Amino acid sequence: MSEFEPKIVAFCCNFCAFAAADLAGAMRLQYSHSVRIIRLPCTGKVDTIHLLKALEDGADGVFVAGCLEGQCHYLEGNLRAKKRVAYAKRLLAEAGIAPERIDMFNLSSAMGGRFAEIVEEMTERITKLGPVYTAKDL
Amino acid sequence: MIVADRKPFEEILDSIKDYKKIMLMGCGGCVTICFSGGSKAVELLASQIKMAKKKQGKEIEIIECTPERQCEYEFIDACKEQIESTDAILSIACGVGVQTMNERFPDSITLPGQNTKFMGYPVKHALWEERCAGCGDCVLEWTGGLCPIARCAKKLFNGPCGGSSEGICEVDKDTDCVWQLIYDRLKRLNKLDNLLAIRQPRDWRTSTNAGQRKVKFEEAML
Ligand code: SF4
Ligand code: SF4
Repeated sequence: MSEFEPKIVAFCCNFCAFAAADLAGAMRLQYSHSVRIIRLPCTGKVDTIHLLKALEDGADGVFVAGCLEGQCHYLEGNLRAKKRVAYAKRLLAEAGIAPERIDMFNLSSAMGGRFAEIVEEMTERITKLGPVYTAKDL
Repeated sequence: MIVADRKPFEEILDSIKDYKKIMLMGCGGCVTICFSGGSKAVELLASQIKMAKKKQGKEIEIIECTPERQCEYEFIDACKEQIESTDAILSIACGVGVQTMNERFPDSITLPGQNTKFMGYPVKHALWEERCAGCGDCVLEWTGGLCPIARCAKKLFNGPCGGSSEGICEVDKDTDCVWQLIYDRLKRLNKLDNLLAIRQPRDWRTSTNAGQRKVKFEEAML
């Protein structure tokens, strides 16, 4: 068994997911150190190219975490992000890369436990898939 | 505007399979508006190609470039030096851009990354519909401003056909019968008389049936 430790980039909205990550820390919850968090004013700021670039330049997995649907501070930023994630998945599949390497999650700022869970879930998924360019994805 | 749609990724990948360094060239005009060929589309496609190549254990170098317009020498000449350093150019402008490139840079091959579709406009955000087929002898004057050439599957001048049903075209259930629309519009404008005239067979030589067409503006010529 190789010692593959995935690199996962998480684009988190300032109001919900990032606050939830903060809470997870305050609650002393343990989660994998595979994740690198990028804080955004809103997940609506995520562009498809950011998701692709992350995978192109060294990440093995990427996720976007925004507010619960209907609770975006900017009304529909998270719904736009959802579409861009879906688009990125399509482009990845065309390029022969497993679309599950990218995903979107929704949570509120009170859900510190859920944040830790998402990181664990993604880490497990990406570890199973293996490194992005050497694994046999599709 | 001219509306184009990106070719299937596999086809694009196959067309550049022999090259190690390419220029991926977009256009800042129509295809930027329809999301398929602007600088953002260039970035996305470049990233996608690089990932697909890496995944196959191969490498490719891609120079990105999106001139204001790809259909005029003045704008594409700025890329000349970079073009000379590449094996091929992949263009995601419309077919006019691709041909302008091939004519301006005859020693380099410019490949098409798009299927150029039609002249139309966005009827709502991110949905474009065909409106004009460039027939060269516009009839919108008597049809209430609705084009029976671009919008009727049979290009009828004395429509509708028998397949028109409840305003929908028999060829596609998601498309309005333009002859129904023409009738409704003329009625609204109180011009139904327009439809009583029998239209003579059309001279299609003004369209694409008589070879390449040209437009000249004598007074502006140098
Ligand atoms: S009649 Fe001809 S020129 Fe006029 S809109 Fe239709 S195709 Fe275009
Ligand atoms: S149903 Fe209407 S639009 Fe369709 S082919 Fe017949 S006349 Fe043309």
